[in-house]
Amino acid sequence: MDLKEKLVSSFLAFENTINVDDTVHDIRSQAIKTFEEKGFPTKKEEAWKYTSLNTVLKHDYSIFPKEENAIEFKDIKKYFLHDLDTYKIVFIDGKYSSHLSETTHEKIDVCLMSSALTYDKYRAVIDNYFNKIARQDGLTSLNTAFSKEGAYIYIPKNKLADKPIQIIHFSTGNEAAQMLQPRNLIVVEENSHVQIIERHQSLTDNPVLTNSVTEIFVDKRAIVDYYKIQNDNQNASLIDNTYIEQQAQSVASVHTFAFGGNITRNNLNFYQKGEGIDSILNGVTILEEKQHVDHNTLVHHTEPNCESHQDYKGIFDEKSTGVFNGKIIVNKEAQKTNAFQSNNNILLSDKATINSKPQLEIFADDVKCSHGCTIGQLDDNALFYMRSRGIGEKEAKALLMYAFANNVLESVKIPQLKNRINALIAKKLGVDIGFDL
Amino acid sequence: MAYTEDDLKKELETKEYEYGFYTDIESDTFPVGLNEDIVRAISKKKEEPEWMTEWRLQAFHAWKEMEEPEWANVNYKKPDFQDISYYSAPNKKPKYNSIDEVDPELLETFEKLGISLEEQKKLAGVAVDIVMDSVSVATTFKETLAEKGIIFCSISEAIQEHPELIKKYIGSVVPQKDNFYAALNSAVFSDGSFCYIPKGVRCPMELSTYFRINQAGTGQFERTLVIADQGSYVSYLEGCTAPSRDENQLHAAVVELIALDDAEIKYSTVQNWYPGNAEGHGGVYNFVTKRGLCETNAKISWTQVETGSAITWKYPSCVLKGDHSVGEFYSIAVTNNFQQADTGTKMIHLGKNTKSTIISKGISAGKSQNSYRGLVQINSRATNARNFSQCDSLLMGNECGAHTFPYIEAKNKTAQIEHEATTSKIGEDQIFYCNQRGIDTEKAIALIVNGFSKEVLNKLPMEFAVEAQKLLEISLEGSVG
Repeated sequence: MDLKEKLVSSFLAFENTINVDDTVHDIRSQAIKTFEEKGFPTKKEEAWKYTSLNTVLKHDYSIFPKEENAIEFKDIKKYFLHDLDTYKIVFIDGKYSSHLSETTHEKIDVCLMSSALTYDKYRAVIDNYFNKIARQDGLTSLNTAFSKEGAYIYIPKNKLADKPIQIIHFSTGNEAAQMLQPRNLIVVEENSHVQIIERHQSLTDNPVLTNSVTEIFVDKRAIVDYYKIQNDNQNASLIDNTYIEQQAQSVASVHTFAFGGNITRNNLNFYQKGEGIDSILNGVTILEEKQHVDHNTLVHHTEPNCESHQDYKGIFDEKSTGVFNGKIIVNKEAQKTNAFQSNNNILLSDKATINSKPQLEIFADDVKCSHGCTIGQLDDNALFYMRSRGIGEKEAKALLMYAFANNVLESVKIPQLKNRINALIAKKLGVDIGFDL
Repeated sequence: MAYTEDDLKKELETKEYEYGFYTDIESDTFPVGLNEDIVRAISKKKEEPEWMTEWRLQAFHAWKEMEEPEWANVNYKKPDFQDISYYSAPNKKPKYNSIDEVDPELLETFEKLGISLEEQKKLAGVAVDIVMDSVSVATTFKETLAEKGIIFCSISEAIQEHPELIKKYIGSVVPQKDNFYAALNSAVFSDGSFCYIPKGVRCPMELSTYFRINQAGTGQFERTLVIADQGSYVSYLEGCTAPSRDENQLHAAVVELIALDDAEIKYSTVQNWYPGNAEGHGGVYNFVTKRGLCETNAKISWTQVETGSAITWKYPSCVLKGDHSVGEFYSIAVTNNFQQADTGTKMIHLGKNTKSTIISKGISAGKSQNSYRGLVQINSRATNARNFSQCDSLLMGNECGAHTFPYIEAKNKTAQIEHEATTSKIGEDQIFYCNQRGIDTEKAIALIVNGFSKEVLNKLPMEFAVEAQKLLEISLEGSVG
């Protein structure tokens, strides 16, 4: 029985395990139908031309999370930003771990999707926002059908989330192979501000497939900073679907740091629904071995006077593959749009591959839109300069690569997180340099 | 009253096709429809040898199995391939030795187009092989070329006279099964041009061919094959204008270029098929497959000015097979009213130290859609490959669209690729700057559009640059002074 059949046939059993209200039930039933019809994407689809899920889908995944698996905090301490006070929402094998988490209901709601889908007091928010912007494609529908657990963050009007929020998903490998489908909903109302750090971490060598969907609603003048750290081990694959809807004058930024994992696919979608919006999409990808990362971004401009900035840097070694597929759509009403897209890549090996497809679809005349894409190598002169001054080859290369990715790192607004990412980069490049000179 | 962009738009909308006329020449036309018998009949009509008929049939069988491509960013009513006549030749076809013998009506057609043979003959160094509805009716300067050993004739003639060259090269760059339209063309091509430049010869003049679609309801399927032998050079020009027709006309050409070691081919196109009227009725469907193959040290340069056709689907490509080979693509695509263009190039880097340059300029006005679609592929053996791409789009009015779909695939760490694309409109500040200096708005727009296209216009041979500028003027009249 292939994975699709297995998922479809276990849907009823899944529905019976939980009681939810009728609206969500209807959404789920509709979604499983959509998934049954569309299935998993194949390379024949233009958006999946460069990424094949075949090797990932062949495993016999267990679909339902079992009982809570306990993990000692000391074993996983290193995956937290411990030098920073944060709210934490921690999941182990898809189950909420109350003893590792720190949630709140004071002024803001930082809690669980399962509660939000069940209790009446969240009803209005769920009715208004749940599954409203998620695309009806196969993978997202699959997640919707099985949506049960995840992070629920609600920031009411005029509130500043007093500390950043960490969302961490662990998989322990107590099952042979595991499929996780977290579903997150983040609603930030007018004039509010929140910073969120998301991480998926596998603690096992068993295959893990995560199909995550996050919907983010950013109301007028609100600010959202979202950081995704993808530094998983070689058997973990991630399909991350993020949908962001922005209202007038809001600012939303998503930083994606893709350093690990087997196959990682980031579907990042921004929908602008007002004037004066700024959308920022940044990414640093550093890969080796047979890793594969596919960034698929969409920025849809529908109103005048908005901006979007995309900056994706990639460094690819050994047999790794990098894909960038960025699309900017400017509707004809969206005059005075400024949309920029840049994708720079360094290839370090003849076996590594880069496929880049930066696209513009523009229907308005008074716009400034540009995209750029480069593929190149490290500058031999710069390397020679450093080596002649006593810097080792590895370190010199690492310094150049760090400098290459630096302008994306500069825009990280949490200093502790920046240090952590610097350390991850140093480790990934195999050098012992602090970088935070 | 000051001339504004709105006025310009209005003018563009009301602008009718200037070259819309129909020459009344009796034609020898086949019944509509396509089947094996028609393919055989075309082949027989052209007195082709058995191997050519077989080659056509192979293509026809492949075509039957294929489906029309859907991926291009264009919308149109699919042509009914059983409702087209696949062969049409001007009836009176004696071989002319001098221009006086040519049917006066034909001459008149050319005069209306502003490219009369007289004028052409006077323009030094231009030999013209005119294709009027598929069959070559006049060839000039042939003798001068023959002295150098250059073969420049219609492809049907080449099949008779030089079968060894045709056998060796036809379908070698664009195989019969390459794509839907290439297969169709391979099965039914009626005529086209053939050119062979021998080793070490520098072709002393620009070779040019004018294609026209004349007979209502006949699709035209030309086949062009240009072979530049080792160390040779040729500059080949192709220009098209088509009379006004109401129903859509299909045009599916195939152009194959082969540049052997150290050879250089420069292929320039000015395309001005009938784009349809202001309501989007009629117009030519232009589905063209153009591809060149570069051996060691060879260079192929495509230059195109695309102003016509209701639908354009065209990707002149270079396969950089030999080491140190160079591919270039310079393009201006202008769309107006309801025109749709999906055009670009493919640069396939296979050899070491190969270089490619892509400069594409798109200008959209009215309700048109203009897309650039390009592929740059660096294979793992292509060490030190270099590519530079630049795609700029200019939008006039907010009902048109400009799209960019570049595909960049690199598999070698020494590859250096740069891709850049911008979209903008003519800035108010730019116009203001000109106005301030006593240049009226119309002239200012002309200045800016000309400047925008200059990089490509400069690449055209002199004779063509004149015509290209004229076409830009016609396509965007009111804006280009």
